[in-house]
Amino acid sequence: MKKEILTVQNLEVSIKHLASPCGSSPAGGAEKRILSGVDFSISEGETVVLLGRNGAGKSTIVSSLMGDPRFNVSGKVKLEGADLLKLSTDQRVQKGLFMTFQNPVETPGISTTEIIRSSLEEKKGGFVPIDKVREKFTNTAQRLGENIWFFEREANVGFSGGEKKKNELIQALALKPRLLMLDELDSGLDLDSSDEISKILAEYQQETGCSYLIISHNLRVLRHLEISQSILLEKGHIFMSGDSGLVKRVEKQGIRAILNEVSDSRGCV
Amino acid sequence: MKGLNEKLVRSLSEAKKEPNWVLDLRLRGLKAWNSQKMPAWAPDLSELNLSEIETYVRPKTEMVSDWSEVPEDIRRTFDSLGIPEAEKEKLAGVGAQYDSEIVYHNLKKAVEKTGVIYLPIEEALSDPKYSKLAKKYFLKLVPPEDHKFNALHAAVFSGGSFIYVPKNTEVEFPLQSYYRLNAPGAGQFEHTLIIVDEGASLHFIEGCSAPKYNVANLHAGCVEVYVNKNARMKFSTVESWSKNMYNLNTKRALVLEGGEIEWVTGNFGSKVSMLYPTTILKETGAKCEYTGVSLASKNQVLDTGAKVIHLASNTYSTINIKSIVKDGGVSMTRTLAYVAKNLSDVKSFTNCKSLILDDQSTSNAIPEVKVKTLGAEVAHEASVGKISEEALFYLMSRGISEEKARGMLVRGFTAEISKELPVEYAMEMNNLIKMEMEGTG
Repeated sequence: MKKEILTVQNLEVSIKHLASPCGSSPAGGAEKRILSGVDFSISEGETVVLLGRNGAGKSTIVSSLMGDPRFNVSGKVKLEGADLLKLSTDQRVQKGLFMTFQNPVETPGISTTEIIRSSLEEKKGGFVPIDKVREKFTNTAQRLGENIWFFEREANVGFSGGEKKKNELIQALALKPRLLMLDELDSGLDLDSSDEISKILAEYQQETGCSYLIISHNLRVLRHLEISQSILLEKGHIFMSGDSGLVKRVEKQGIRAILNEVSDSRGCV
Repeated sequence: MKGLNEKLVRSLSEAKKEPNWVLDLRLRGLKAWNSQKMPAWAPDLSELNLSEIETYVRPKTEMVSDWSEVPEDIRRTFDSLGIPEAEKEKLAGVGAQYDSEIVYHNLKKAVEKTGVIYLPIEEALSDPKYSKLAKKYFLKLVPPEDHKFNALHAAVFSGGSFIYVPKNTEVEFPLQSYYRLNAPGAGQFEHTLIIVDEGASLHFIEGCSAPKYNVANLHAGCVEVYVNKNARMKFSTVESWSKNMYNLNTKRALVLEGGEIEWVTGNFGSKVSMLYPTTILKETGAKCEYTGVSLASKNQVLDTGAKVIHLASNTYSTINIKSIVKDGGVSMTRTLAYVAKNLSDVKSFTNCKSLILDDQSTSNAIPEVKVKTLGAEVAHEASVGKISEEALFYLMSRGISEEKARGMLVRGFTAEISKELPVEYAMEMNNLIKMEMEGTG
């Protein structure tokens, strides 16, 4: 039995008080619950796929695990034995967690190389020469058809959708995560790049035993990966889970049909 | 020498063996200083007691053109600032001032051969070989009576550089003057006079710094730049004063037909800074591009900005200023775009952005636009913002601590300015921001 890398128990996530445009309301604004009672675990080397319709709560799971400050999060989450919710976002990364953003954020005046370098320096606690930084992603960059000088540009500023996603993967692999959460990494990518990314992910997993938690709508990025688990979310709950069969079923039937079918058999609408 | 009176001014002039016309300018300055009031709109200057300021501090050395002859303790200071090193590799010439006098001045032989003149200002004013030229320009663009602190400057100026670039001469490497104010309670009043003749080009770099003492120091320098027909000038400066410094500085440029000036300015440190480099676009086709950054932290008021006066048609200017405030610092950004009567095809664009890092700090923009013609396109934009929480989360999600991520975002905010600076100055600027962000500044 493989070692569990992530254990999530009774994860509850709500969005923090939304500031009212007219100032704070007497009740302190509304707190909207997005996820409740979410339990799952991921073992070393596993690939887990999160499925669900738009707004089901998939991105909220990964970004709340990453420590997105917009959310109030409760429950029990262990990352390789450590109490994840007690760690700051950067500490989570240094412990081996990484999330690629669905909508990567522009960082004006800061290049990707600088981001990777700063992260490596935090980990090492000292200076990392620029060549050592570039070494970490030259190979991946070449495979994705990007020149390493591209990553000297201000991160995500003026990037196309596909470039942003490649840039996310470059950063992820340069920082050698143990659990990599991919939030629609493949959206906006051309088919060849999706294939190549799938291959790169499979190879990285083989080399390092890294685990994946993947959100994807077109599933092409899963081609070269072996899916161990799939979780179907609906309205902030786990609706059902399964293995690679569920992914295939979703691909074939679509999510709504499965939801209807299962709801009917459960006797509820 | 402390304080300011006629006896002091006369003895300073005598000690410097100046011609009478220079003494006359000094006395005009003294008269204006005594008659003019403190500017009513200025930040609080009440702690600045001029009778306690040493207006002249002579370093214990003569001016030389060989670093090995500079006394060791002074040389060590400039060594630590990286100046002799930079001179070897990247500069056409270097001037270094310590307190009130230039201690080192050197121009590479190859550059000297092209007719470029780069001298301590006193030498240019006193030596008959140069004084005719210097007299034509010195304290003409910023006359002694221009404002109270230029009056003070004119009365007691000491040190600084004189540069003349002959017609159609391109100075390939920059010239750099570095001003170090080391004596506690002292004032520094250097004068920089630059003439770039027709079709010539020059990049001048100015650096300023001072260690911290518990008494107030004063810097009231003056820079006059003449950019003649079709000439090009880039003036880069990083001022990093200690936080007891009153930095009341004047910089002005006159640009003639088809000429261009580019200012790149970093304002750091000081207790109070008042500095608004001004460009007069006097003839058709003249251009000005101003880029500046300032950072005001605890107990600091940085009252800075830039002004452009369009006096001719077909002139163009941009002012791009970024200010950062933190820990209760105050930033005032004053800009002026002036367009005179009966002009056509004038374009002027001003953009001021401010980054406020906490609730205790204040940032004000005071843009002034005076357009007296219909033939001008003048635009002004100002914005104030905080650090983006989204970008902060993004950087932290790459494994970067919050403190470091904030520092990166602040440096990112000023990146377009640091990339305009020579690399070592850009590094210095980034370091200054980093030190401020980590509270070690």
